[in-house]
Amino acid sequence: MSSAAQPDLNATVGDRAAPAATGVVALQVDGLVVEFATDRGWARVVDGVSYAVASGETLAIVGESGSGKSVSNLATMGLLARSARVPAGTALLEGTDLLELSQRQLEDVRGDRIAMIFQEPMTSLNPAFRVGDQIAEVVRKHRHASRRDAWRRAVEVLDLVGIPRAADRARAYPHEFSGGMRQRVMIAMALACEPLVIIADEPTTALDVTIQAQVLDLLRATRDELGMALLFITHDLGVVADVADRVMVMYAGQAVETGTVDEIFFHPMHPYTEGLLRSMPQVGTQGRTLASIPGQPPAPWSMPGGCRFAPRCPYAIDACRAAPVPLVELTPGHQVRCVRAHELTLRGAA
Amino acid sequence: MLYLFLRRLLFVVPILFLVSILVFSFVLLIPGDPAVTLAGDNPTPEQIAQIRDKLGLDDPIIVQYGHWVDDLVHGDLGDSLFTGRSVWKSIKERLPVTISLASLSLLFALIIAVPAGIIAATNRGRWIDSLTTVGASLGLAMPSFWLGLILVLVFGLKLGWLPATGFVPISESPWQWLKHLVLPALTLGAAAAAETTRQLRASLSDVLDQDYVRTARAKGLGWRSVVFKHGMKNAAIPVITVIGFQVAFLLGGSVIVEQLFALPGLGGLAIRAVLDRDVPIIQGIVMFAATIVIAINLIVDMLYGFLNPKVRSS
Amino acid sequence: MSGSDGSFDREMDFQDPWTGFTGWGDTAADDVTGESAARRFVRRFAGHRVAVLALVLIVLLILVAIFAPTIAPFDPNKQSLANHLKGPSSTHWLGTDELGRDVLSRIVYGSRVSLTAALQAVVIAVLLGVPPGLLAGFFGSWIDVIISRLTDAVMSFPPLLLAIGIVGVFGAGLRNAMLAVGIIFAPRFLRLTRSAVLSVRQETYIEASRSIGTSTTRILRTRILPNILSPLVVQISLSLGFAMLAEAGLSFLGLGVQPPQASWGAMVGRAYRYLDEAPTLVIFPGLAIVLAVLGFNLLGDGLRDSFGRETRKGGA
Repeated sequence: MSSAAQPDLNATVGDRAAPAATGVVALQVDGLVVEFATDRGWARVVDGVSYAVASGETLAIVGESGSGKSVSNLATMGLLARSARVPAGTALLEGTDLLELSQRQLEDVRGDRIAMIFQEPMTSLNPAFRVGDQIAEVVRKHRHASRRDAWRRAVEVLDLVGIPRAADRARAYPHEFSGGMRQRVMIAMALACEPLVIIADEPTTALDVTIQAQVLDLLRATRDELGMALLFITHDLGVVADVADRVMVMYAGQAVETGTVDEIFFHPMHPYTEGLLRSMPQVGTQGRTLASIPGQPPAPWSMPGGCRFAPRCPYAIDACRAAPVPLVELTPGHQVRCVRAHELTLRGAA
Repeated sequence: MLYLFLRRLLFVVPILFLVSILVFSFVLLIPGDPAVTLAGDNPTPEQIAQIRDKLGLDDPIIVQYGHWVDDLVHGDLGDSLFTGRSVWKSIKERLPVTISLASLSLLFALIIAVPAGIIAATNRGRWIDSLTTVGASLGLAMPSFWLGLILVLVFGLKLGWLPATGFVPISESPWQWLKHLVLPALTLGAAAAAETTRQLRASLSDVLDQDYVRTARAKGLGWRSVVFKHGMKNAAIPVITVIGFQVAFLLGGSVIVEQLFALPGLGGLAIRAVLDRDVPIIQGIVMFAATIVIAINLIVDMLYGFLNPKVRSS
Repeated sequence: MSGSDGSFDREMDFQDPWTGFTGWGDTAADDVTGESAARRFVRRFAGHRVAVLALVLIVLLILVAIFAPTIAPFDPNKQSLANHLKGPSSTHWLGTDELGRDVLSRIVYGSRVSLTAALQAVVIAVLLGVPPGLLAGFFGSWIDVIISRLTDAVMSFPPLLLAIGIVGVFGAGLRNAMLAVGIIFAPRFLRLTRSAVLSVRQETYIEASRSIGTSTTRILRTRILPNILSPLVVQISLSLGFAMLAEAGLSFLGLGVQPPQASWGAMVGRAYRYLDEAPTLVIFPGLAIVLAVLGFNLLGDGLRDSFGRETRKGGA
């Protein structure tokens, strides 16, 4: 864990992860690169991303769709499509590099030491099997439990995530649950083997606002109770304030800013972060049109030569377009990828 | 499940009713005076009168239909216009051959299609997938009689491994029965195999792209468990529909294949009846086959209920 | 957590750099959304190598049928008993049949019979299937129930057996055989039309045009027909292939085309008695059927892929 050492101010840290705020580092990803085969050759959708998350801590990864936030985590789980490859990077979990493991070895890790919750609770559960069986399946695979013990564990975790009459409901099929309840089932499934790390990929995006809050509460509560590390992937900064300790903002396959929740929200250093904050619906902004960032993210095969955000950045100057911008550490734990980070005064959330 | 069965059964009754009307109307569709047409070349007035009497052509249509359905319900499909034999007896006599052929064809089709479909779907875009797709396209484009003749040419005439014609009842010698049916069943089953392969490839590829398959992989399940347990149970639903359709095609296609391999099945009976214009036999066979198809569809619907909990509970 | 100094709301006088900013204009990812439906179809179809090949095959086949008299080296019905059952040679490229007729010429002329027969069957199927499908889909209620049940009933018959039954009633011959095949295929067109109409009918703009008093025929012509056209074209292409197979089967059984006229299926049907002596007599007409049916099927698949909506699944 060499990267836990304090880096110098202004040092380039693009290939090393920032130290986790508390606890023991559970998952540490360094210099991750992911490429997809396209008609135009290999497209680099994740370009040297590094992050670490400690037990009991929540790291939020924020970005627009296509920023590479989901792909990075699918890569560490070994769940990428066959048309993708990971030419560089490491992902250490308990001293093992997940990216070095074969699919067979990864199968033993997935669902046991590292679990994932997906965005669409409506489609992420198999419609043809009882939810209890779908949870028991994980326990039987990793704990080699008997059918009956696995079922008992399934009921236990369903109860833990707040499903009423869990013993009965375990016999139900997914279509007999509401969206929020299904997401609870997904969380129960992820918790079944008490993993070290849970990756939640937009777990509340498909849900109603009130249900969102309940699911976020549940995630936070179980994280505190079981002391696992939570990686929370979202495009919605509003959700981040509620659950995360630290935030990594991604843009066009790279981290553009990393810091604590307070730093990101109240002292953003990157114009893109400011843009995201501005486009967040807030109390007291009624009557004002919600500002969104103009333009679209660049395609992976036509990345701008300099700063990748420059084409959409109101602060962009010629220097921004000259050369790729490194990720630098301005204050301990607060990293930014912006040429003008020193001179700009950006506004945080209200 | 029982409720689903009863509800489906209720659905079958009007269809059977319509089918019986259509089959009955065969007599009405005969151009000109049916009795004259059916009596063949140079009929005597007695022959015509006999046919008219036999088919009850002088009664009002509703009465004719009533008689026909009444007989039908009592298992009486009428008598041949020429031999006077009971149609049902003729069908029963030849049924074992057609059933043997159709079921063996379906078995062969599944033995080919299930592995082929799974291999293609799990290797999408690779050469083995292309090979399967090309094979399936060819299987669909080949006329069964042509494929049969090629098989006879190669395995019957050139290599001499298998008999080219004839039928041996399974009760006489199971081995001879199988030997005589291998080529016909392969011939008849090829198109069914191709169609089922295509459908399985399509639906399994579709299922393997689903979120719940990713969930299954994220749980740490192995490839086998993901494809066979989580994939196949969902992919099977559209495939079973196609297999249900195939039964209808096999029953129809058996006419050609039986003719080609000189098998004494329903097909031969049907062809002779058509050439003789023996309408009661044609009606009997078509009605009988349609009833089988409807029964198969009922079974397919039941299988849906088994595979898809949503159908079961609604 | 209310930051009192950094809020946009309280400092409205502050010059906000994002206000009125529309980007520097060089982020355009490749944008194909402005493409017209027809152009997208052409682009996708042209990129579908197999489908283009199939189209070429079909066009060639049609040309052969049209120019059969110029292409065929011999009179297809000219017998020469001295030359019967000869294998391929330099004069008779594909050999001669049991009456000494040139097989190549017969295949060339047979393309006329096979193609027109298939076309007849499909035209009948379209005429029998599309109008009731429109009625059932557009008016719904009891009309739909009756038509749909009737379709279910017709689809309960084993297709070939129903055709044989119909031919049995009307009498053997190519025209009756193709009428039978048309009747068998009609339900497919009916169902397809009905479901296409249903899906279009649910779109709000139909309701809108109804409410402003547009006539039913106008709605059918301007809204519904364009929408069912592409699935219809696909189904026609696939059905032509299957109709060809059905014609071949019925003619093989002797229920379709009658001598001396010959379709490819009838040629195989006559030749199989000589399978041992002259296997090429069976092989070549059969190959013609395979190629033609393959052409229509692959063309249909290609058309379906090219008409379909863009189904690109993104990585994340």
